[in-house]
Amino acid sequence: MPYIPHSEADRQAMLEAIGARSIEELFKDVPEGVRFPALKLPPAASEMEIRWELEALAGANFTVADGPCFLGAGAYHHFVPAVVDAVLRRGEFYTAYTPYQPEVSQGTLQAIWEYQSMICELTGMEVSNASHYDGATATAEAVITAINVQRKRRKVVISPRVHPEYRAVVRTYTQGMGLEITGDERLDADLPQVLAHLDGETACLIVQSPNFFGQIEELSAAAEAAHAQKALLVVVSDPIALGLLKPPGAFGADIVVGEGQGLGVGLNYGGPYLGFFATRMEHVRKMAGRLVGQTVDVEGKRGFVLTLSAREQHIRRDKATSNICTNQGLVALAAAVYMAALGRCGMRQVAGLCYHRAHYAADQIDGLDGYAVLRDRPFFTEFVVRCPRPVAEINEELLDGWGIIGGYDLGRDYPHLRDHMLLCVTEMNPREEIDMLVEALEEVSA
Amino acid sequence: MSKPLIFELSRPGRCAAQLPALDVPPAPLPQELVRDDLALPEVGEADLIRHYTGLSQMNYGVDTGFYPLGSCTMKYNPKINEEMARLPGFTRLHPYQDEETVQGALFVMYSLQQFLAEIGGFAGVSLQPAAGAHGELTGVLMMRAYHLDRGEAQRTVILVPDSAHGTNPATTTMSGLQVVKIPSDERGNVDLAALDAALAEHGPRLVGMMLTNPNTLGLFDEHIEAIVARVHQHGGLMYGDGANLNALLGIARPGDLGFDVLHYNLHKTFSTPHGGGGPGSGPVGAAPALVDFLPSPVVGIDPERSEEDEPFFTFVHPSKSIGRVKSFYGHFGVMVRAYTYIRILGAAGLRRVAEHAVLNANYLMSQIRDRYRVPYERVCMHEFVCEGRFEDAPDVHALDIAKRLIDFGFHPPTNYFPLIVREALMIEPTETESKETLDAFAAALRRIADEARSAPDLLHQAPHNTPVRRLDEVRAAKDLILRWQAE
Repeated sequence: MPYIPHSEADRQAMLEAIGARSIEELFKDVPEGVRFPALKLPPAASEMEIRWELEALAGANFTVADGPCFLGAGAYHHFVPAVVDAVLRRGEFYTAYTPYQPEVSQGTLQAIWEYQSMICELTGMEVSNASHYDGATATAEAVITAINVQRKRRKVVISPRVHPEYRAVVRTYTQGMGLEITGDERLDADLPQVLAHLDGETACLIVQSPNFFGQIEELSAAAEAAHAQKALLVVVSDPIALGLLKPPGAFGADIVVGEGQGLGVGLNYGGPYLGFFATRMEHVRKMAGRLVGQTVDVEGKRGFVLTLSAREQHIRRDKATSNICTNQGLVALAAAVYMAALGRCGMRQVAGLCYHRAHYAADQIDGLDGYAVLRDRPFFTEFVVRCPRPVAEINEELLDGWGIIGGYDLGRDYPHLRDHMLLCVTEMNPREEIDMLVEALEEVSA
Repeated sequence: MSKPLIFELSRPGRCAAQLPALDVPPAPLPQELVRDDLALPEVGEADLIRHYTGLSQMNYGVDTGFYPLGSCTMKYNPKINEEMARLPGFTRLHPYQDEETVQGALFVMYSLQQFLAEIGGFAGVSLQPAAGAHGELTGVLMMRAYHLDRGEAQRTVILVPDSAHGTNPATTTMSGLQVVKIPSDERGNVDLAALDAALAEHGPRLVGMMLTNPNTLGLFDEHIEAIVARVHQHGGLMYGDGANLNALLGIARPGDLGFDVLHYNLHKTFSTPHGGGGPGSGPVGAAPALVDFLPSPVVGIDPERSEEDEPFFTFVHPSKSIGRVKSFYGHFGVMVRAYTYIRILGAAGLRRVAEHAVLNANYLMSQIRDRYRVPYERVCMHEFVCEGRFEDAPDVHALDIAKRLIDFGFHPPTNYFPLIVREALMIEPTETESKETLDAFAAALRRIADEARSAPDLLHQAPHNTPVRRLDEVRAAKDLILRWQAE
């Protein structure tokens, strides 16, 4: 029997010890009418059969290794060094539970504490939690934190250039809280128009930088306007960009969140990813999520524990700052290994490769007839291209003719950006791939 | 000696990654946007691997030994799951790729939705929620939306038993609803008289009830049909917390019991690893009246693009969806693991899982109940709760017993939960443990019961041989040191 070690003799001895005649007898409390249903599932498969089945299914997909990929929009094709998975495959890490028993969980606890430290450094903030499910849910939790900090304020201002799915998740999470979420009614609103929504009722302002279009926002203007109304500034950021760019903390951000997938996690068809969340110490008791703190044991030796759990659901129940329990422990470990592997120089080098290659690609594409790159703001690794034809058609021809996974069709979420494509160029796209994209775009322009 | 921090290993100029040289002309970089420094550690590759290998050796996992953590279902995580989730054809997919290029992935998701719906007895399933608590938020928001859709905005009350996981009341508050606590009776069931009283008072304002069954005492509620009928009579919906679903695989389908919404914990019931605190996965199943409220999108079949014998899978958007609870589609990598597990076990294998989980729990209970008081004298399901205290050793607490178990090479059970049992030790052995393992664990518990009287300091000072001894948690919360800082 798969994964069940009992012999018939074991079962008999155990039933005898219990004082039951059969295993069925143990289920007498279950109403008879619904007991032991016949489940309609495919017949059981052996390990080798399931391997063949899944290898065939995986093989039926066209992957980012099968052709150049220029798709980003919140999930990024970055390099994952081999050391990351080598660490994740340690059974002591991946088969452990949340570290409730610190004496036998120092590995997880120290790794997460180091992760927290590195996220603080990257974002320029004072405290980071142990993770959220993804960038979108971390953003929603930032809103809830801001509401908890600003007790009487119920208004949230959000820029339309925050990822559309993040804005959707913020609305889903808070639908029972009676909040007013505003700022993105006009999807073409610029930053001053968004900032005009701020007032004395506003708990927080949410901007993304680099934003959904890859542009670097004017964070100092956002911070100044938010703080003038005593609202918190929440910045959604990209950790790879922060290898190069000035961190949001330096501009006065109060909470910095984002998608950590770029930090050694891989694409995985959308998950599991990693939500990171960092803030200032003054808000530490209002924030959600697990938190690892340093302490000493009875012999004075340094050690780590989960701390400030009085904020959390298992202690505070209906008064908790969030219901979050299981988060992304192993993915945070991956991010920690990634940041440690690349380190001070490597992080800057990756970000530099992204920046310079993206700008090379943008320059080349801008020179093509029929295409124009939007250049109203500096950008990092993604940029918007106005195309001569519908993006869906172009992408279909790129894929069929060239094996290229094209950019994101912005018209899906932004009606005023019909025929605009969001292209992403990373360290995984060498010059030959960019040149091939440029050639292909020229060819499919008419 | 403490284990050095990765920061303490750092020396300027080291790097454990090799990157290609820049192959395009550098673009101008506005200096006002560029950061001054980034004080991340600088280590070589061998030192990096030794650091993390060393950390892993200070951890205890299911691969290390017995992990009877109640309500967490720490069963063995099959290795084939890990390999299948790492197939390049799955890991190297971008979530916004054209559906045509990811039909293999969508097949896995669609099939898993179907499997879970069948196992739970539901009409539809969303795979989007990332963990159990996330599934709870999804399900409770769906219940709220259902009542709003019917024009019953006055419904704002959720009943939660006093034995419930902390996530249940926390989720209720997060959804903008109010918790009304229902006590348990002397047999560990929901107290029916208290339920009736609550329904009489709150009936017209009732959203529904959140119930874990079997509950956190490891007991199947003997009045489940009456509870469901009464909540439904008052227009309420039944939310099932699927944390304890391992006891019910092929035994009873929550949908058949009358639950309207349920979250599954793929990282408990369906053998995907806990990862030291995630990633989990908390899909939500819905009865026919609630499927239209599931988070968007779910995977469906497009008849127009399908051919005979070859369905075309596509994302569809439930008509009254509460919205999206997460970016993209959920934890796909976890889904592949759960799919693998369900396919290897099949219907008969899943039922054997529940049967042996319950057999193991009852057997283990029978081996220790003469030494540890079990407050509810009943057949248990997949777990049981006993008291970690002794009348004649009043200084010994559940925590001491838990820590002393570490000295014997075992992970402690859940302690001090559920809150309704004094000095609770909540023990869930799971089906993957052999009789020998259970016997060894029972022997350790029995010996500890003796030591509690004969040598209580052994318990108070435990654990003795771990990388660190008992840690000062009060100090950790008082003198907050939450990150490394250069001296």
